[in-house]
Amino acid sequence: MAEVSVRKVVKAYEGNVQAVKGIDLEIADHEFVVLVGPSGCGKSTTLRMIAGLEEITSGEIAIGGTVVNDIPPRDRDIAMVFQNYALYPHMSVYENMAFGLTLRKFAKEEIAKRVNNAARILDIEALLQRKPKALSGGQRQRVAMGRAIVRDPKVFLFDEPLSNLDAKLRVQMRTEIKKVHQRVRTTTVYVTHDQVEAMTLADRVVVMNHGIIEQVGPPQELYHSPKTRFVAGFIGSPAMNFFPAQVENGSGALRVILPNGVALPVPTDRTARYQAMAGREVIFGIRPEHLTEPKNLDRDNIAVFEVTPEVIEPMGMETLVHFWMQGAEICARIDPTTPAEPGRPMQLAADLNHMHLIDVQSGRVL
Amino acid sequence: MSTSTATREMPDIYHKAGSLSSERRWALWTAYISLIFAAIIFLAPPVYMFITSLKTSAEVANLTGSPWLVREPTLENYAAILGNPTFLVFFWNSVKITVCVVLITMVISTLAAFALARMRFWGSQALATGVFLTYLIPETLLFIPLYQIVGGLGLLNSSWGLVVVYPTLTVPFCTWIMIGYFASIPKELDEAALIDGASWSQMLLKIFIPVAMPGIIAATIFAFTVSWAAFVYPTAFVTTPDEMPLTIGVVSQLVRADTFAWGQIMAGALLAALPPVIVYAFLMDYYIAGLTAGATKG
Repeated sequence: MAEVSVRKVVKAYEGNVQAVKGIDLEIADHEFVVLVGPSGCGKSTTLRMIAGLEEITSGEIAIGGTVVNDIPPRDRDIAMVFQNYALYPHMSVYENMAFGLTLRKFAKEEIAKRVNNAARILDIEALLQRKPKALSGGQRQRVAMGRAIVRDPKVFLFDEPLSNLDAKLRVQMRTEIKKVHQRVRTTTVYVTHDQVEAMTLADRVVVMNHGIIEQVGPPQELYHSPKTRFVAGFIGSPAMNFFPAQVENGSGALRVILPNGVALPVPTDRTARYQAMAGREVIFGIRPEHLTEPKNLDRDNIAVFEVTPEVIEPMGMETLVHFWMQGAEICARIDPTTPAEPGRPMQLAADLNHMHLIDVQSGRVL
Repeated sequence: MSTSTATREMPDIYHKAGSLSSERRWALWTAYISLIFAAIIFLAPPVYMFITSLKTSAEVANLTGSPWLVREPTLENYAAILGNPTFLVFFWNSVKITVCVVLITMVISTLAAFALARMRFWGSQALATGVFLTYLIPETLLFIPLYQIVGGLGLLNSSWGLVVVYPTLTVPFCTWIMIGYFASIPKELDEAALIDGASWSQMLLKIFIPVAMPGIIAATIFAFTVSWAAFVYPTAFVTTPDEMPLTIGVVSQLVRADTFAWGQIMAGALLAALPPVIVYAFLMDYYIAGLTAGATKG
């Protein structure tokens, strides 16, 4: 078990294309950290640099206090789970899991003990003599995890391990991974493009974009207090709604004017925060769940307005209402019992206690 | 397009869909006819060889009647050839040369293909293409310069000279086949092995060779065939009967002055063709089984 430090790490490819642009990240012992971002954001490259599968152009990576820049993967004491499982097709499940230990010259009894123990944790004891081709996707993924567990490494690295599974199995394996981590407590770095996976698994989420880290924090913090427009839009499903707006200082109170002319009063506890933006263009952001049918109207900072829904999506536990406002598609989340019909105007309430204002130039949430 | 033309075209579409089975019938007929035609072309010579090998010299020389019929079948040609010590020497030479060439070829081309497919180094791409280009140079162009080299090594008129020379034919092509096969093995497999603690040599021996076994067998079959059937090089480099392989031994030594012992030549040629047939029959099953098992699927 160990902590992982990534310091000013840069990865540049030929032609000076920078995949990772000098990132810093400290991962504590036992921590489960998820790197998330769109494809090409540098998350996989970062993971592969920690694994030693990619060379570092500059900077430093340390595992358990030892700088590993020049240490080959096999001596870094890490285990990795790949998206396509990468099981050795000619070996049985047992041999797959034992391979790393055999190469490290462990005693036969010790190997058997560890493999059986990992097989019990993952519930694959009945499969030990099978070849990978006789396994389903979920079973292969378990074996790949078993191969990592038996090694009892300092760090687990997961590279999009659930992307090849169907939706139902993905949810099941997600819980499985979390259970395993709660049991073995090995420091884990997990890469995914799926923000739901990131939110559900992580102690801390690292959101990456264009080779830089946009924000690091616990899932709830990222969700409720995103620091940049990218994070605000990336975390959460359906995504946060954005519209261009203007901050106006009218008759002593700060207001946000939407493109359709609706003026929303800024909650008083935020006036000081937004004061400097008076008279300037901003982006107004609000999550779909803070755009609902009028309720809690006795609370402060609830703005009610009328919209004409274009599409209604009943999800069972909630209903999504899509409408257009000045060229932007907006999504609201209402109670499934609330009547809503496409084309029939309805009232919605925005809970401004949860609004976000974003600086147009810097993209930072104010 | 107006509605009326659209509806008028509808029956055509249905007609096409309905004719699927008749199209399939056509395809089958064409396939069968071409296959039968090809089979006749390819099988006629060996069948004729077999028929001739069962005839006495007198019957071969007799020009009356159909040459495709045997009137007095005899095994005397087989008995003569198997009792001929020279033929057994040829056979042993062929076995010796082929086994050595296949071993040398497989060791060199497996190592070369692994390096070219997986260890990215400067010029590896150009080298891989270069390896293939050398295969395109015909042996008829090479045997004169090679004669100098083999002579320089003092291996002229020796079956060991052929062991040195044949790999120039087999190594490039086998390397090329194996580069392709190794390249089809997912990159993650070596990465997993690297992380599991394998060295390059362990990765080759414990992962690549077992996983690429179908490719290795294909390459082995090729090396075996080339070596067993080689004709130009032994003709050029070997003149002593004791050192000759089957291919040239049968045709050069079974001709006495102007008399062709056709029955014996055919019997000898058929016996010479037997090992490749056995190798193919045995390994092809393995090869196809390996392919269909999807051995490289992670």
